[in-house]
Amino acid sequence: MPETTIVQRLVYEIRVAEVMTRKLISVTPDTRMAELGQILQENRISGTPVVDDGHLVGIISVENLIKSLAAGEMDAPVRDRMTRSPVALRPDQPIVQAFNYFDQYRYGRFPVLDEQDNLVGIITRTDIIQGLLKKLESEYHEEELRHYRASHVFEDIVSDRTSINLRYDVKPLDFTEAGEASSNLKLVLNRLGVAPPIARRAAIAAYEAEMNIIIHSSEGGEIIAEILPRELIIRAVDSGPGIPDVEKAMTQGYSTAPEWIRELGFGAGMGLANIRRCADDMQLESSPRLGTNLSVRISLDRKERQ
Amino acid sequence: MTLDEIAQKLSLVNRTSIGIQGREVTGGYTGDLLSCVMAGAQENSIWITIQAHPNIVAVASLLGLSGVVVAEGIDIPQETIAKAEEHSVPLLSAQETSFTVSGRLFQMGVSGTGRTNQ
Repeated sequence: MPETTIVQRLVYEIRVAEVMTRKLISVTPDTRMAELGQILQENRISGTPVVDDGHLVGIISVENLIKSLAAGEMDAPVRDRMTRSPVALRPDQPIVQAFNYFDQYRYGRFPVLDEQDNLVGIITRTDIIQGLLKKLESEYHEEELRHYRASHVFEDIVSDRTSINLRYDVKPLDFTEAGEASSNLKLVLNRLGVAPPIARRAAIAAYEAEMNIIIHSSEGGEIIAEILPRELIIRAVDSGPGIPDVEKAMTQGYSTAPEWIRELGFGAGMGLANIRRCADDMQLESSPRLGTNLSVRISLDRKERQ
Repeated sequence: MTLDEIAQKLSLVNRTSIGIQGREVTGGYTGDLLSCVMAGAQENSIWITIQAHPNIVAVASLLGLSGVVVAEGIDIPQETIAKAEEHSVPLLSAQETSFTVSGRLFQMGVSGTGRTNQ
């Protein structure tokens, strides 16, 4: 998944409360500007909320301080220089809202108020970016860990012949769920550390096999993937009606799919040809009585083919 | 070339909320037969089609395409958009025909990377 989309998802997932600064430094409306200067410097912050009797009344920043300094008015109280009735965020808002506020109002920070309008935190762009990075890192670690665990399955599990069997149900004429089995298989292969070009070939073969069951089977069927240390066997099994002429079905461009399915772009007569192209070995058995059984072998050994 | 540059130059409308900025496009493929797309489109390619049913998302996602352009202003059903969001596949709408979109992409330097079958 490209990075931009992960961030895009995260800005909707992460709430303001997760990234805001909770340790609050605030001043009162009577604080002198000179004193504010010291507070900002000591705490290494560029602005702070102004609180009167527990209520947020304004925001004062280093920009206000510079203007005061230029005007020689460092004795002025904060109340004369602050931004009044500041725009505030709620703790449960997604951070995408905060991003929008920064763009819209061009302030450097926003106070965060709870339901009772109590000041509970303050948020800057830096808070958001740090929060995002932290989350990205932890998500990355999780996926790494999954990947690590999965890629060691064959070393960790001791047997004479270890294999992982994945079974996916495929329903007839269900074009909405179509591709789910192959998508999930591809994800598993990636986690197991299978080389991407090989995982891709497996996914294409599985997709075409899945589509064949969806388009042609009367009762649906199953995609069964058996993952062995050095090879992958994908089987597509259904219970009928079977292929009358297997040799003809293997011919590129030959299809028995009805017109309405072709209009959707399926049934181009390319499916089996695609599978053969992706497979290191392919076998197709079919009879009207027993249904169709397709078996595809793909070597996971990088050296064998690429 | 990135998907947002392409979208801007060809006035394509992103019908999903998936970010297209900086999404690399290294090739293109045009066609409406899904198995041909499966056989011919390369990873990180842009795919131009007039199909708009949900399965185009499965195809694009399995191949790792950078985006799908649905040409001729064809209406993209909500279920296709929902699936695209789920699989992070940007869907872009074009008013022009597949031919024109492909031609303009080619002029911009996006080459067809599709192999012929056999």
